[in-house]
Amino acid sequence: MKTLDFEQLFESKLANGEMIEPKDWMPENYRKHNIRQISQHAHSEIVGMLPEGNWITRAPSLRRKLVLLAKVQDEGGHGLYLYTAAESMGISRDELLDALHTGKAKYSSIFNYPTLTWADVPAIGWLVDGAAIMNQVMLQRTSYGPYSRAMIRICKEESFHQRQGYEGMCALAFGTPDQKKMAQDALNRFWFPTLMMFGPPDKESPNSENALKWRIKRETNDELRQKFVNQTVPQIDYLGLDYPTNSGIKWNEAKQEYDFNEPDWVEFKNVISGNGPCNKERIEARVKAHNNGAWVRAAAAAYAEKQKQKSVAA
Amino acid sequence: MKDSQGPLWEVFIQKKSGQPFVHAGNIHAFDKEMALQNARDTYTRRMEGVAIWVVMSSNIVSSSPEEQGSFFDPANDKIFRHPTFYQVPDAIKHM
Repeated sequence: MKTLDFEQLFESKLANGEMIEPKDWMPENYRKHNIRQISQHAHSEIVGMLPEGNWITRAPSLRRKLVLLAKVQDEGGHGLYLYTAAESMGISRDELLDALHTGKAKYSSIFNYPTLTWADVPAIGWLVDGAAIMNQVMLQRTSYGPYSRAMIRICKEESFHQRQGYEGMCALAFGTPDQKKMAQDALNRFWFPTLMMFGPPDKESPNSENALKWRIKRETNDELRQKFVNQTVPQIDYLGLDYPTNSGIKWNEAKQEYDFNEPDWVEFKNVISGNGPCNKERIEARVKAHNNGAWVRAAAAAYAEKQKQKSVAA
Repeated sequence: MKDSQGPLWEVFIQKKSGQPFVHAGNIHAFDKEMALQNARDTYTRRMEGVAIWVVMSSNIVSSSPEEQGSFFDPANDKIFRHPTFYQVPDAIKHM
């Protein structure tokens, strides 16, 4: 087949709602876009373990500790599903990790904010995982098969993350005045960074056009952000918490949805390009963990080699 | 592909006894034992299965998408292999 035929086949698969699989011919830019997006997503899962991991040893009860451990372990698992989905496009795990460790690859800006109090743990489950789910539900129908399958698996697990977060928020919001204050403070700090998770406004989003054309994404950043706000505001109301300062949240009767203020996109650009409150700390923690594991990988490789020699000799 | 994380493996999971093993995804591991353990930790944290197969990805042989048409062509025109091809009198039951 000629390249033109391959391209027609690719386009007709997309048009018919079929999936693209690793061995299928695909345009180089489709491959690049997916590798970038899937690996960013994988990095976000792995780096996302750090802010919450910060509170495992200080969880307020054994129940909360077990839940948090399970959640952080899930995030690790999600990273692994996604890394292998990216690898199916012909890039190695080493290259992917190297891009993260050298700052070449990005991850979600949200994980560059610190977790200052215990209330941040439930707030992350509720808001950050809630925003992630919104994005991931859409991505279950993304056009690249391995990515779609990873997302389906992740969505099944992610619902527990959000529910445990909201449960934890309820415990604080309906607890002592001090606990309620902690909950309010966490909401105030995480509101705008959560809105940033959907990416820049559509008119300034450089990657959106191709992503929609290739059915990698099916809804725009702004559409998803609005959906998230509509869904989340009644949940703030239920908790009896105030809307975050300057959030501008207001019901719009004509539109039948909430108006809200955009986050500070200058701050977003700063955090994305490495100047957030915790960027340096996060990458250092990743590099340290990776380097500390080097001897384990070397030993495992040596052991496997030795076993292979033995079985050849026998 | 050479990787410091060990070779890539394919993971198949049997949900319940008697059911087929279904592809779940991939993992990296250095040997068979580690492959099974990593597959368990990655894909069955919620009792998703009762048994696991792992096989090194380099041992998988796959048909090629470009040849899909010609590869499956022999089955394309044999509708007589399906039960609905045959007329059975209305009076006949249980068939």
